[in-house]
Amino acid sequence: MKLSFNINGQPQSVEIEDPNTPLLWVVRDIMNLKGTKFGCGKAACGACTLHVDGEAVRACSYPAKFAEGKKVVTIEGLGTRENPHPVQQAWIEHVVPQCGYCQPGFMMATAALLAENPNPTDEDIDNNIVNVCRCATYTRMRKAIHRAAELGQE
Amino acid sequence: MPSIVFLNCKKKYISTIQRFNKRSASTSKKMNKNKKSSRRKFLVRGGLGTLGVLAIGTYVFRNPIRRKTLSISESLIPPYNGSGTEANLWFEITQENQVVLHSSKVEMGQGTFTGLAQMVADELDVAIEQIKVVGAASATGIVDGLSTGGSLSIASLWVPLREMAATMREMVKGEAAKKMGVSVASLSTKDGVVSGGGKTMTYAEVATDVTDWDVPSTPDLRPVNTYKYVGKPVPRVDLAAKVFGDPIFGMDAEMPDMLHAAVIRPEHVGATFKSADTSKAAGMSGVVKIVETPDWVGVIAKTFSQALSAKRAIKVDWDIPKKWTESEIKDMLQVGKGDRMITQKVGDELDPEEEGVVAMEFSSPIGAHAQIEPNGAVAHVVDGKATIMLSTQVVGITQKQVATALGLKKKNVNIIPTFLGGGFGRRLNTSHAVTAAKLSQAVGKPVKYFFTRKEEFQNDTFRPPTHHIMRGKLNANGLLDSLEHHYASGDVAINSALMPGVVNTILGTDIGAMRGANIMYGKIKNHRSVQWHTTLPFATSWWRSLGLLANTFAIESFIDEMALKAGKNPVDFRLAMLGTAGNQARIRKVIEVAAAKSGYTDEVVDGKAMGFAASIDTGSPCAQVVEVSMVDKEIKVHKVTCAFDCGVAVNPDQVRSQCEGSINMGISGALHEKMTLKDGQLYPTIYGPYQMALMRNTPKEIDIHLIQGADVPLPVGEPPLGPIGAAIGNAVRRLTGKRVVDLPMRIV
Repeated sequence: MKLSFNINGQPQSVEIEDPNTPLLWVVRDIMNLKGTKFGCGKAACGACTLHVDGEAVRACSYPAKFAEGKKVVTIEGLGTRENPHPVQQAWIEHVVPQCGYCQPGFMMATAALLAENPNPTDEDIDNNIVNVCRCATYTRMRKAIHRAAELGQE
Repeated sequence: MPSIVFLNCKKKYISTIQRFNKRSASTSKKMNKNKKSSRRKFLVRGGLGTLGVLAIGTYVFRNPIRRKTLSISESLIPPYNGSGTEANLWFEITQENQVVLHSSKVEMGQGTFTGLAQMVADELDVAIEQIKVVGAASATGIVDGLSTGGSLSIASLWVPLREMAATMREMVKGEAAKKMGVSVASLSTKDGVVSGGGKTMTYAEVATDVTDWDVPSTPDLRPVNTYKYVGKPVPRVDLAAKVFGDPIFGMDAEMPDMLHAAVIRPEHVGATFKSADTSKAAGMSGVVKIVETPDWVGVIAKTFSQALSAKRAIKVDWDIPKKWTESEIKDMLQVGKGDRMITQKVGDELDPEEEGVVAMEFSSPIGAHAQIEPNGAVAHVVDGKATIMLSTQVVGITQKQVATALGLKKKNVNIIPTFLGGGFGRRLNTSHAVTAAKLSQAVGKPVKYFFTRKEEFQNDTFRPPTHHIMRGKLNANGLLDSLEHHYASGDVAINSALMPGVVNTILGTDIGAMRGANIMYGKIKNHRSVQWHTTLPFATSWWRSLGLLANTFAIESFIDEMALKAGKNPVDFRLAMLGTAGNQARIRKVIEVAAAKSGYTDEVVDGKAMGFAASIDTGSPCAQVVEVSMVDKEIKVHKVTCAFDCGVAVNPDQVRSQCEGSINMGISGALHEKMTLKDGQLYPTIYGPYQMALMRNTPKEIDIHLIQGADVPLPVGEPPLGPIGAAIGNAVRRLTGKRVVDLPMRIV
């Protein structure tokens, strides 16, 4: 099928053979945006989290056909080095990443949480940020999420 | 195998290294003598993009394989014993006056690239922003003789890398003096610029068109307290790449015209491949080729999704000799079974029947690495040459494995290490590079092959399960007179490609399973540690900190129980059994600091109890205090106070980051993680059912206190994983009166 959607602010059309191909592979292998990661393929780890119409979605288990006509944002579209998103700014201030592989997923999940709940409590964070980080950078991430909330309100 | 009783292992281990140092010191002298006459090429190249990396085989391929070891002052840290020790191989100056550091160690999150950049910046006199660190491809001639592991990267390169950077600086000055027509003595260097006699030149300008360089004798290193970057919490050099989603990992690697592969692997422990019906898969969309070998069958297709679909259509006939059960594994792995080795022996053996002897049993389960980036590789094999990009901790071993399996010359196999999406020891075996290379060879095109998550869990090289018996006896003063740790473990170092069989034979013990197993309290009159080793029917190997987590859990839980029995405060109890010199004093210090900073108390306050534990691993002592409460039967860790002595902290912020990560990973291991066997298969095979600590399971506050008890950097990445499990168990004991003896902790 021909799939038309908006990715990181740009309208795009791609030809995909199987409409049920996970959006993750369309983004990574066809759009060549490698920031969205493959972790488990079963929506269990969150490494592939991106936004579809502003909602955090685990792209490894999201059939590409559902993105038709929608707005998709990946880590590459969240912010830039010149103009980082508050979440990315907070991540930099707290030097959060270690290996870094899961971090785009966490930042996308955090950005979606803050869009809905600009000042989350620790409990909100516990309940909503449920991705897996094997380097276990959770303690710094929690601080960075609170800092991103501050930056977002400035 | 007959049991081998091996006494005083530690002493022999040290002497092996010392012998090695002696030999290398003489090699080193010889090389220094030759230095004056040798003329070396120094290459100026443009910046390295992806294409540059792919084309790496076309430049520097002239360094003969040689082993030169630059010994360093701390005798317990193995020196750099890889190939390629000329400064001009490690540093590349670009036309933009950037320095590319080709690192023999890979970056897997531990912050090594940042620490190395700091060390280079301070001796080469460039700003840290001018340095780009990349993992050295094997074709550069820099192949580490060890792995990236053992928490040794910074510690082992501390002297040699700074010496190479200082040498490079003097080489640049020497050339600058010629070009500027001034004396070397009149020159100074800063931020990649040479100045003197009223003139300035950038390093890039100095290096341009120079083909022969004079290599001076190794300059003296500057005092550590004069450094601008070393010892400071500079931000990670890979921070922006990781915050903005740059394609830096093995999974992100691509080559032109690349195809994708999926390989069918056995699901049952011990199963072997018999035959496959590939007729349906062969005709499926996108399928390019099906590759059948005596050991496996794989499918190559245009896209990953196509390869995966075709793989599902292949029917494989397996030979499954036996369906292993969890109870069989548990039965094999017991103190008293397998090969016995005494790994520590001081004073007399305890008679278990003697009056007053207390004994307790502990256990830990099979653990998975569960790193988020699956293993995989992109390989291109053509015209007798292989180029392979992957996340690996063992560039040299992977190069050898591919060369052997494909019948290629080692020099024709270029391994290009990418950033790793986690290592934790899993990537000390990356023999799947061989599979990728064989797939590529079959189609003559680049092929990308990686594991699905299920394959990742089923083909892990697991943390072995352990079983421990602790025995101790208190004297009339309420202190331990005797303490024994008997521990059973599967393979860690034994049967690993990293450890040649001869090393295991010399040492007579599994030095990985031994980590943290010896008793550190020097004033206990009689103490010993006895290993029982068994090879299990599935692969077990290196998992961050190796035996440390489980061994410390057993020893420090037992120490706590003995303190309670003696009616003593657990901090005072520990201090009373420690000496006052050397590492004993350093252990004492971390215990004192952790106790003071946490305000340790035996009392339960507001439903929260504290737990105390300490350990020393590879020369870095660590003490931790946890604050724990329980809601229903769930253990909640609120705060961890950690005192840690790793000598010189090259980057204190990254040392803290490693402490935090170790503590949270230890919480995950101690409270949540467990692999088991179900219908002859390792289970579970997905996150979720394989429970791990998430945000809600980790403490909001980790308070770290760094102590510098040595004048060199010592290991960082693993030692802080030691105390956490026992500290939690000890807190739970105070909170509930129950002693947890099995990991993961379940309160019934």
